[in-house]
Amino acid sequence: MSQSQAVPSVFPTATRERPATRVVLTGVTIVLLVILLLLPLTVIFTEALSRGLGAVGVALTDPDSLASIKLTLLVAAVSVPLNTVCGLAAAWCIGRFQFRGRSLLLTLIELPLSVSPVISGLVWVLLFGANGWFGPMLDRAGVRIIFAVPGLILATLLVTFPFVARTLIPLMQQQGAAEEEAAITLGAGFWQMFWRVTLPNMRWGLLYGVLLGNARAMGEFGAVAVVSGHVRGQTMTMPLQVEALFNDYDWIGAFTIAGLLSLLALVTLAVKAALEWRIGERSGALL
Amino acid sequence: MTTARRSALPGFGPAMAITLCWVSLIVLVPLASLALRPWELGLAGVLHSVTEPRVLAALKLSFGAAALAASVNVPFGLLVAWVMVRYRFPGRRLADSLIDMPLALPTAVAGIALTALFSPKGWIGAWLTPFGIKVAYTPLGIMVALVFVGLPFVVRTLEPVLMDLPQDAEEAAATLGATRAQTLRRVVLPALAPALLAGFAAALARGVGEYGSVIFIAGNMPMISEIAPLLIVIRLEQLDYAGAAALGLIMLLVSFAILLLLNLLQKRMGVRVR
Repeated sequence: MSQSQAVPSVFPTATRERPATRVVLTGVTIVLLVILLLLPLTVIFTEALSRGLGAVGVALTDPDSLASIKLTLLVAAVSVPLNTVCGLAAAWCIGRFQFRGRSLLLTLIELPLSVSPVISGLVWVLLFGANGWFGPMLDRAGVRIIFAVPGLILATLLVTFPFVARTLIPLMQQQGAAEEEAAITLGAGFWQMFWRVTLPNMRWGLLYGVLLGNARAMGEFGAVAVVSGHVRGQTMTMPLQVEALFNDYDWIGAFTIAGLLSLLALVTLAVKAALEWRIGERSGALL
Repeated sequence: MTTARRSALPGFGPAMAITLCWVSLIVLVPLASLALRPWELGLAGVLHSVTEPRVLAALKLSFGAAALAASVNVPFGLLVAWVMVRYRFPGRRLADSLIDMPLALPTAVAGIALTALFSPKGWIGAWLTPFGIKVAYTPLGIMVALVFVGLPFVVRTLEPVLMDLPQDAEEAAATLGATRAQTLRRVVLPALAPALLAGFAAALARGVGEYGSVIFIAGNMPMISEIAPLLIVIRLEQLDYAGAAALGLIMLLVSFAILLLLNLLQKRMGVRVR
């Protein structure tokens, strides 16, 4: 036991690298992050501003670009609330009850995360496209889904499906059901319990999930590219508009819209950091 | 976890009904169409459609580039996660937030930004051109894009494991006379191996299906720099729905097979380490 006093004095240096090594490793990491992550972000804004603010103003007031901004907001405004309600329902089932097929359900909910975005768009074309299962039927009824706004919404719904449930389930399991059970035993109804206990307990987690889902809804490219049909001013969301302008060699226009989307990403990251600090742990860190 | 405790809470039925409807409408039925549509071609037709030389080249490129990029991201991610968890330096929190940037930045935006950086006249491309290194519009560009989108997957998989890693084994190794390098190689690295593999798998899965960040920088030359997801889009534009579905299905199946294999390997490793 005489050695037990020697251990603490060894411990700080024994489980650390030499100071010089630490400085080198930290330096290499920072250089790596700057080149790989910060430079791409910087180049977006410098390219957008390369001909001054006037050119950015012109690019922003282009009717097609304005239409793409409106459409992006519309798609997010429809798909985010729908997926939030259903994500809440799914989190209630999986986070609070044990039942047969529970892990299968969880797998199905997380499935869209591991599917290529292009496939997430493709499946809707297989269903509702001109040669799709329901395509001819819809055609006779005069309903357009593919190459129209409903298709964009469906593709976005599939891609952003997991975010709310995936964030809430670990949080709910960690918090436990005791408070909700107390509310019910004391005579509260479902909605009373939901508004007074469940929602306040998970409000930051919910905000986190909605935030990540919204960022993905507004920024999705592959899935909407497949169902959009690229009709300028009509079925182009902001990321698609970025592609169209870039392919037209309108770099100022492309990087201006890209800059708007980058600002959205930066705000998302900032709020996310603040929320993680509040929730106190990194639940569902992957977008 | 008893039945009584579970049944105390209301709302299971309606919530389950909503969930099942939504999962069926948004996930199950659409993905079922992916599983069923290819067979319109018949088995021989499906096989023919996924073994065309152009398709095989695209599949090889998508899986190969994703595997290479994930392999690059394993040492990168290990370094970044190690520094973030073990070291303290000014700006660490900011740097940590920055790691999620590739996940938050829309893929198309990342795509044009990387293209601008690595094109022959770009900030990085201009430095590489004198050495004869071409990145934009080559398969190397695909790698760059996939390293960019894959890095957070490795870092975020490793970080929680590193935080929970008990330091007593490292202390024991040190007191037994191991150098720091020996401790890292013989004690820390084996303990991290399952997490490294999990991070590799996550980055690989993301890279295989990646579209937006790749197509701008790839150049999209058939047989050389054309990725499989792009070929799906091309088939759809030609109204070859069954062919597109066949390609999508084979991509999914191969990805799942690889992930399953990595998962098994990871479990075996986890058992050996503990």
